[in-house]
Amino acid sequence: MFKKILIANRGEIACRVIRTARAMGIKTVAVYSDADADALHVREADEAVHIGPAPAAQSYLQIDRIVDACVKTGAEAVHPGYGFLSENMKFADALKRAGIVFIGPDPHAIYAMGDKIESKKLAKEAGVSTVPGYLGVIKDAEEAAKIAKEIGYPVMIKASAGGGGKGMRIAHNDQEARDGFRSATNEAKSSFADDRVFVEKFVQEPRHIEIQILADGHGNCLYLGERECSIQRRHQKVIEEAPSPFLDEKTRAAMGEQAVALAKAVKYKSAGTVEFIVDGKRNFYFLEMNTRLQVEHPVTEMVTGLDLVEQMIRVAAGEKLLLKQSDVKLKGWAIESRVYAEDPLRNFLPSTGRLVRYREPSTGPVVRVDSGVYEGAEISMFYDPMIAKLVTYGEDRSAAISAMREALDSFYIRGLGHNVGFLSALMAHPRFQAGRLTTGFIAEEFPDGFHGVALSESEMSDLVAVAAIIHQGFARRAVGGKPHFRSRGSVANGHWTIKVGKETRQVSIVETASGHAVIDGKRSCEIVSAWRLDENLFHGRIDGRGITVQVERDGIGYRMSYAGAMLKVLVLLPRAAELAEYMLEKTPPDMSKYLLSPMPGLLVSLAVQPGQDVKAGQELAVVEAMKMENLLRAERDGKVANLHAKPGDSLAVDQIIMEFA
Amino acid sequence: MQDILKRLEDMRDAARAGGGQKRVDAQHAKGRLTARERIELLLDPDSFEEWDMFVEHRCADFGMSANKVPGDGVVTGYGTVNGRLIFVFSQDFTVFGGSLSEAHAEKICKVMDQAMRVGAPVIGLNDSGGARIQEGVASLAGYAEVFQRNIMASGVVPQISLVMGPCAGGAVYSPAMTDFIFMVKDSSYMFVTGPDVVKTVTHETVTFEQLGGALTHSQKSGVADLAFENDVEALLQLRRFIDFLPASNREKAPLRETPDPIDRDEPSLDTLIPANPNKPYDMHELIRKVADESDFFEIQPEFAKNILTGFARFGGETVGIVANQPMVLAGCLDIDSSRKAARFVRFCDCFSIPIITFVDVPGFLPGTAQEYGGIIKHGAKLLFAYGEATVPKITVITRKAYGGAYDVMSSKHLRGDVNFAWPSAEIAVMGPKGAVEIIFRSDIGDKDKIAARTEEYREKFANPFVAGARGFIDDVIMPHSTRKRICRSLAMLRDKQLSNPWKKHDNIPL
Repeated sequence: MFKKILIANRGEIACRVIRTARAMGIKTVAVYSDADADALHVREADEAVHIGPAPAAQSYLQIDRIVDACVKTGAEAVHPGYGFLSENMKFADALKRAGIVFIGPDPHAIYAMGDKIESKKLAKEAGVSTVPGYLGVIKDAEEAAKIAKEIGYPVMIKASAGGGGKGMRIAHNDQEARDGFRSATNEAKSSFADDRVFVEKFVQEPRHIEIQILADGHGNCLYLGERECSIQRRHQKVIEEAPSPFLDEKTRAAMGEQAVALAKAVKYKSAGTVEFIVDGKRNFYFLEMNTRLQVEHPVTEMVTGLDLVEQMIRVAAGEKLLLKQSDVKLKGWAIESRVYAEDPLRNFLPSTGRLVRYREPSTGPVVRVDSGVYEGAEISMFYDPMIAKLVTYGEDRSAAISAMREALDSFYIRGLGHNVGFLSALMAHPRFQAGRLTTGFIAEEFPDGFHGVALSESEMSDLVAVAAIIHQGFARRAVGGKPHFRSRGSVANGHWTIKVGKETRQVSIVETASGHAVIDGKRSCEIVSAWRLDENLFHGRIDGRGITVQVERDGIGYRMSYAGAMLKVLVLLPRAAELAEYMLEKTPPDMSKYLLSPMPGLLVSLAVQPGQDVKAGQELAVVEAMKMENLLRAERDGKVANLHAKPGDSLAVDQIIMEFA
Repeated sequence: MQDILKRLEDMRDAARAGGGQKRVDAQHAKGRLTARERIELLLDPDSFEEWDMFVEHRCADFGMSANKVPGDGVVTGYGTVNGRLIFVFSQDFTVFGGSLSEAHAEKICKVMDQAMRVGAPVIGLNDSGGARIQEGVASLAGYAEVFQRNIMASGVVPQISLVMGPCAGGAVYSPAMTDFIFMVKDSSYMFVTGPDVVKTVTHETVTFEQLGGALTHSQKSGVADLAFENDVEALLQLRRFIDFLPASNREKAPLRETPDPIDRDEPSLDTLIPANPNKPYDMHELIRKVADESDFFEIQPEFAKNILTGFARFGGETVGIVANQPMVLAGCLDIDSSRKAARFVRFCDCFSIPIITFVDVPGFLPGTAQEYGGIIKHGAKLLFAYGEATVPKITVITRKAYGGAYDVMSSKHLRGDVNFAWPSAEIAVMGPKGAVEIIFRSDIGDKDKIAARTEEYREKFANPFVAGARGFIDDVIMPHSTRKRICRSLAMLRDKQLSNPWKKHDNIPL
């Protein structure tokens, strides 16, 4: 077994690999860029080697520097994680030449599976069912339309070297096929420096289901069940689970066997994933094979009890698999939610910055958190905006979902935008709960984007009860000293009026032996909690049910987050609430006269001058954020009155860029 | 006897009715509460003791003798806020537009005099059209009587003005001399001369809101300390604010119990200072993470945002916080920020509130606007305020402490009690680049040489050790232990005694 390995990655996956290595008694070496000098993976590893500036191309993708780091530290093997160099044949080759073991498949397997067209041909030969399509290189838009017609619409046009949804287009007719060919080619060229695209049948009611396989270098290959990753947003996975709520035993075995056949055909070794697209009638077609550890591998680990990283390391060290296919048993249900630094309320724009407050849910047999950050860490614009993976386990799917909802309630993140509320909304969605998934789930169920969560009556009632208890705690403490003189009135006699959004509710609180009884209209419940005034998480039990509410004081009221909703809550004495009725509803100022920056970023250029007339759709400015140039266009015809920022300025969210007349 | 009781009840009813239902409804329609409703919200339920309900004006001119309302447009008395005694006057816009008569002024003076004698804060809820014109000079005399009392009470009991309606002309000078002015957005305004006069004299066209609204004064002029959305928010925030303050200069601010441990570590503060010295960070984060329960009551949050001022508690004890804000103008000192912080420091010193200063200051803002505006004397105000203050003074230098601004920001030399520096502190005359360009002027053409010299200067001065070697800082502390170190320092300083030499009063550069 190796004595020391290097992890050629960063973030949560580097930390994840370090954890297993440490448990196996293997020393670890981290590599890091300038931006990651203080990162968690650097802190957790036994040694760390600096490999260059923040941009990945100059650090995490620098093969030579990583090989040098191995030589310098005496690391015998490299775990590449996912992304970066994990599927880079040149990297595997370079390591081989330096006599360092690559913890993954051999270069030929990476090569064979790395090209979408090549891999399809191989799959077909290995007897794996593939999507009807044309795998040759397409010359031009006309040919694309012709081939598409032959396959039958709808079709999908995809970049050969693609991944992550880049360079993909759906076409329903000839015109769309021609347009799609052009834009996919352009995008492929700029994203992958490879403009080859191919066309295939677009599968209806598609679900993304993938098979985890594990092979040693001795001819043994197993499938470890499936993961369903249908909940995606713009082809980025958001929620994954194992097993799939859709597969039956027969389909599972068929998919598993085909996956194994493919792996054997390329003499695969290590952990790998064969991705399938499954239609509404359980027909499944090969998509691609990922020759590395997947982001969502923890759900497989939870239901199989295996540690995939450990298995990968053992295989790389030349060990034989001790398992047989019959030993692989799937037990219970696991769900993974990807917590991203993005703002769901602003069309999921990426959000970077400092994790001013960061508390993960408490972990145990039911809750697992894989993350590479800590409170005070930075989510930088240079890398993937994933903050953490939250995984929950249950006896069955509904138990795993309940555990996820509770864990999301106590995931406390401040300082940047995050999608925890959106994840809660997904978990609460009846269609998700029913397991009726397709890859179009998010686009279909949230067609106009995400606008926050509306609490159910019982959730609202819970929130109101908690708010009253919290406020009473503060109000009682405020009168802590001996009063100057006594008066009959009390600032905290247990009767409160609570204003949340447009709702107003009266509640009464009575102390009981173990906690508080809260009477809210007809409902009465008992809340038991050891919450203290300085805590931002209210953990308690309402009539025995667990509840977690995030709370911050905000002026005279509170900001509370619960079940995916973030609400401003005001708790008033009944008389104060009566007087508050006289307050006027203020309409926020009309900002349509202004062009606001939709995200924090850098103003790259302005395309207009004061006094200039602009037409709807005309380019106004370019704002760069997360290395993405975002073109801001005029929403309607108008005239530019004033510029409020100049190129080179850093912009905050909602900062005014220009004013229209 | 029955007659008397009946008459008493009638008079009370008349007083409570104020200017009548119609005017009360008009006040409500504007989203404003009546004078009595405001007191009800401000004070603990049932704690209000009203005085001078039967006071009436004595004006006989212009038909005023037939037009009397008991109380004469102001409700006065005392009560408690969270059990603590305060005096209050609340002007009643429904009675003669809240205008100030001689009798109205006498009522205000009476509560102020009593507050001074017993040592309790005076809260004014201002909502007044101005002088009672019918009374002429008697009304002006009334104002001046109030002014004189504002002056005498200054530094003896806290005085807070909550401007909830108009406050124009000479009337502005009473709030102006109190410790804090809070305003209500869209319903209050303050100015010396109104839009009509402005139009006649300077030909400027300006609305009431633009000229003297809550936003104008809380963002542009700095006259107001806070602006609130409406009456309810303003009054409930005022209750929260009063909790921080001592009742008078004869006692300390009340201790508040807290479950927040005084030795709480905040590991995330170790990464607060960015690696790049030119990258800003939010000083609010530091304040919220070290204060009890993240509770920071900021004063003037929208004015001179390059410096933060406000109240917080450490281990239950009220402190005043002054902090440079690197997010705005790199946290430099300028005219507005110096005035803002100087006034705040002096308030804290008046009322025995320890001052905690967080320093990240690159120096004073250069430019003609600053020099012509008198930055020399305005900057001196803050220097003077820190130097004369005798309350416990604790300073934490987080990053830059350059030049004269280092001296100003509660340095050891200005009788700082405990001066800490984070390891990231750079205490020097100026930044390395500027320093090298002066010391090695002849090498300016030679890029490599300048770079080497800059590195040399950085090595030598961009750290806390040069100042440490001279004892100008007491210790270099890890950011995560900041709360613990401040709490211990405050405990050590609890019985601090220091007084300035006898003088009639000092001559701060106003």
